[in-house]
Amino acid sequence: MTLDEYLGIGETITLGAHTFTPDEIVAFAKKFDPQPFHLSEETAKGSVFGALCASGWQTAANWMKYNLKTGFSLNVGQWDGEGPEPQFGPALGIQNLKWLKPVYAGETVTYTRRATGHRPLASRPGWRVVNIWGEGHDSGGAKVLEFESSVLVNAPGA
Amino acid sequence: MTPKKWAYEDMIEGAALELGSKTVTAEEIIEFASEFDPQPMHLDEAAGRASLLGGLAASGWHTCAMYMKLMCDNFLLQSTSQGAPGIDYVKWKKPVLAGDTLTASTTVLSKRISSKRPTLGFVRCRAQMVNQRGEQVFELENTGMFLTRATPAETGA
Repeated sequence: MTLDEYLGIGETITLGAHTFTPDEIVAFAKKFDPQPFHLSEETAKGSVFGALCASGWQTAANWMKYNLKTGFSLNVGQWDGEGPEPQFGPALGIQNLKWLKPVYAGETVTYTRRATGHRPLASRPGWRVVNIWGEGHDSGGAKVLEFESSVLVNAPGA
Repeated sequence: MTPKKWAYEDMIEGAALELGSKTVTAEEIIEFASEFDPQPMHLDEAAGRASLLGGLAASGWHTCAMYMKLMCDNFLLQSTSQGAPGIDYVKWKKPVLAGDTLTASTTVLSKRISSKRPTLGFVRCRAQMVNQRGEQVFELENTGMFLTRATPAETGA
């Protein structure tokens, strides 16, 4: 198995679907994003979005939840390439994150990921940076979220 | 309706806004990670020490959310903000560990009025958070939308 195969480079993987309840939207907003359109149906009515919708950070954080439920690789435990099995580490950051549509209370978002490539990390021998595209689509099929992330993986044999 | 303190006209290119400070507790790191990012280095002190992060470390998504809260409490809720369509980039430059105190600020890079709506402007900002040792742990750039002072109050957020 090559590292590309282990990481599933080029494959779009469905991670799972999450339904955003009013209670969890409000609970997240109180802790992290207390803008009127995230805090209550009442305060959302007079706002730019017109109804209660999830914080964009909540939409993005749930991508991570379902990404971990799936696992960074679908091939854990099956590594037969050079060296030890690759191990995922922290992420360096995200780029080009877009909240394309509001996620209103009651909406269900289906999350996907696609690893597009990887490169060596000059400062840490054995480590590589994997580029991963994340997306979320609502129940009508419209894209509500997209971003690119840079995640470290320790793959000394690659 | 009380006029908001910050409208499009009040954002000055090159000006920095102080967004306050926050101390990050182990309990809130574990609470956020348990729901959204249950990796060992975000859930357990010993696992964090054994990782590249060197201690019980906040999820990067949690760090983004903590920045958002400071931004809301110290600026956005007193502004004519109409939301933001996205984020150009986030860099998690150093680990955010339990007990760290983060201080946030943002600097206006550029701004322009919408060509379609003369009462709406786009403001591009670069934000950062530093820890108690003055080390930059987080950097973010994005464009937010703000109404001008000329906008009738009833259309405001």
